[in-house]
Amino acid sequence: MSPPPDPDEVLSAPLTIEYPFTRTTGPVVGAFLTGLREGVLVGIRAGDGRVIVPPVEFDPATGEDLTEIVEVGPAGTVVTAAWVATPHAKHPLGDPFAWALITLDGADTPLLHAVAAEGPGAVGPGTRVVPRWAAEREGHISDIACFVPEGSA
Amino acid sequence: MAEVTLPPSLRDVEPVRSVRTPARLDYQFTAGDATSRFLRNVARKRIVGQRAPGGRVYVPPRGADPELGQPTPEEVEVAQVGTVTSFCVVNLQFYGSVMEIPYVSALILLDGADLSIMHLIQEVPADEVRIGMRVEAVWRADAEVEPTLESITWFRPTGEPDDADVRIPGEDHGTGLGSWVGGVAPTAALVRNPRTGQGGPGGAT
Repeated sequence: MSPPPDPDEVLSAPLTIEYPFTRTTGPVVGAFLTGLREGVLVGIRAGDGRVIVPPVEFDPATGEDLTEIVEVGPAGTVVTAAWVATPHAKHPLGDPFAWALITLDGADTPLLHAVAAEGPGAVGPGTRVVPRWAAEREGHISDIACFVPEGSA
Repeated sequence: MAEVTLPPSLRDVEPVRSVRTPARLDYQFTAGDATSRFLRNVARKRIVGQRAPGGRVYVPPRGADPELGQPTPEEVEVAQVGTVTSFCVVNLQFYGSVMEIPYVSALILLDGADLSIMHLIQEVPADEVRIGMRVEAVWRADAEVEPTLESITWFRPTGEPDDADVRIPGEDHGTGLGSWVGGVAPTAALVRNPRTGQGGPGGAT
């Protein structure tokens, strides 16, 4: 049994407030998430022919509906990266990693995701990366556990 | 909405229609002196409030009178029996709740207190709960009593006759505490300076 508490000690305890929102996705974002669940990366073709990843519902230049979902990747090239030396609890990886903007093969816009690498020198502009898929996938961005440099298993 | 065209790999699979987007905030809650003392007494199965200089007993105590701003150092134990002053029947299951619906969440004015606490009412059908009903605290098993109001599992009817003249806290003095219950707006509190007693129809108290 624990010793009796100090009667003058002010009590303190963890308090978590959580709102368990679920959002409907619509057909475009839904297709991206369906792809993640199936292990397929997709974007959408804009009016000027560019492929936007993740897909957006409307053309950023004209506002027209976009409808043509196209497969991209799965490999890609890092555009820029920021090294996270001390990840916190809400980061996707427990070990130091990089946040990176990654232009997937066939895409014209970069996707933000985590890259697991040996150190800040191992990931930067031009690094070729591939996704490491989560063991269980449900249609969520975390279905990609992270990206890793090509050839690093 | 325009129909989207999918690559072959996604044509014959069940589409994802929704996504989890929880918002989560992690705090460290520090109770402060008055609430810590209150909770330590709860851990001894006692409900102890604080008496303000004007005589009102606040449960749970906050260490100061909300109307006068004065410290409330005098501790007063109140009863574990009280009267329902307001209640709500919950008919929707919501995330994180382990309660079977429908259930009743109520404001309960404990005998000897001048402020209602919020707690559950059980051991009675939800549609039989009413304002004025007399209820008593039901505690967890002794080994599980901790410094939290959840150590009281719920309140249940005592079987006594209803309190026909149930007093709604705040109705008579305009601190705003419960003053809106029964449609009585805290008009006096809004126009009177509580420290000087100046202004308002009530004047100094």
